[in-house]
Amino acid sequence: MRQFDYSIVEEAAKQLYIRALCDLPPDVRQALRKAQARETNPTAKAVFEAMFKAIDIADREKTLICQDTGLPIYKVKIGSGFAWDGFAIKSRLHEGAKRATQEFPFRSSSTHPLTRVNPQTSVGPGLPVIYFDFAGDTDTLDILMAPKGSGSENMSRMQMFYPAHGIKALKKFVLDTVVESGANPCPPGVIGVGIGGTADLVMKLAKDAIMRPVGSRNPDPQVAAMEEELEEAINATGRGPMGLGGDVSTLGVHIETAYTHITQNPVAVNTQCWPARRSRAVISPDGAVAYGY
Amino acid sequence: MATFHLNSPFSEEDIRQLRAGDIVTFDGLLFGIRDLTQIYMFDQGHEPPVSLAGAPCIHTAPSLRKVDGRWEKICVGTTTSTRMERFSPDLIGKYGVRAIIGKGGLLEGSLKAMQKHGAVYLAIVGGAAALETQQIEAIEEVYWEHLHPEALYRFRVKNFGPLTVAMDSHGRNLYEEVKVEALTRLPGIYEKLGV
Repeated sequence: MRQFDYSIVEEAAKQLYIRALCDLPPDVRQALRKAQARETNPTAKAVFEAMFKAIDIADREKTLICQDTGLPIYKVKIGSGFAWDGFAIKSRLHEGAKRATQEFPFRSSSTHPLTRVNPQTSVGPGLPVIYFDFAGDTDTLDILMAPKGSGSENMSRMQMFYPAHGIKALKKFVLDTVVESGANPCPPGVIGVGIGGTADLVMKLAKDAIMRPVGSRNPDPQVAAMEEELEEAINATGRGPMGLGGDVSTLGVHIETAYTHITQNPVAVNTQCWPARRSRAVISPDGAVAYGY
Repeated sequence: MATFHLNSPFSEEDIRQLRAGDIVTFDGLLFGIRDLTQIYMFDQGHEPPVSLAGAPCIHTAPSLRKVDGRWEKICVGTTTSTRMERFSPDLIGKYGVRAIIGKGGLLEGSLKAMQKHGAVYLAIVGGAAALETQQIEAIEEVYWEHLHPEALYRFRVKNFGPLTVAMDSHGRNLYEEVKVEALTRLPGIYEKLGV
């Protein structure tokens, strides 16, 4: 078998960052259109119009929708049929994110947490955020990318409830978190919710949730019903687009779950802004790259 | 809800006619400021080298490039205003700024200054930097260049907006009203959720 050329991964990592910043996924556009159609508040209608104008300009001029280039997150899923070198993939993702920043060029939003010195690369120790997962039934390297802006990320919350608090504590926590976040996360975006796991896993689940296509439902009927219920509850607050009042406060609630400890009942909320940016590349063993969302 | 198209700099009359919920677009002068610009002004005592009277100020750290000594735009977006509440009453009271543009809103101190001096807070659509960047016709001057990307920028804009009058000069704050309304609705929503 001939050696796989990992520069393909680097180029894909670069393209994925740029594509995510400039080209909003079709499911997000569709969800925004549906939201605009059901919105009755005249101020909110004007807000939606401005959003679509920004999307159109970004399409036409191949430019950034939002100036917040975020922190780069890559979720990698490797199929059993794909022969791979994990270190090479990790290094190339790092390099690709850096090259996107410097070659496009766009603002680097990464910084040292104490000195606050920005390396002007969008990366640095610990960045990009990379998750590896595996699939038994494919032969591809599947990379899902999301640049995460700070307006929404700063509104993240998690809480370790006890089993005695029950499911209702989780629902109340999600609703209260969203109400408290007000206009900050540029609503109406996706509300990502993690339930179960450990303290770190529960936030990862919430992040997985915001990276799902808008309008998708959790395959577990009980979880899907909870998504619908919370969506309705959040929209009933009247917070509206950009927190200025209106019928649509979220494009969707996405919940991801994992088994947890018998004494634990963890919940996390990770909010995504209305430009719910993401991009995807599926790389075949022969080096062919198929871009999508 | 009424819609207005204004020319900047604004008169007190221009601003007093605006009510919370109205939509505004404007042409003309716009200053870009951010956290550091205002720390430099207010905490470190530097007087702006240009008059801000009547002007709107937007909370931004623009991506620009300098080509042959001229500044060109790459991407200009808007940041959350609440962080800069501390400076805003003086920006309005001392320097005569008539509109602060941002996202997320300002607080009670700014609202009082807006009432007293005739100023408004205009909410831009966050995340829509592509639109904002297109509406900036020119970067006429960058003052305090050593502070870039948090310097003091003089932009010329065309049809800038839509902007929502979120805090008016008559004491109304749309963010506060929306929040109070949400809190009023919350007990009913809890009941429906069974929490």
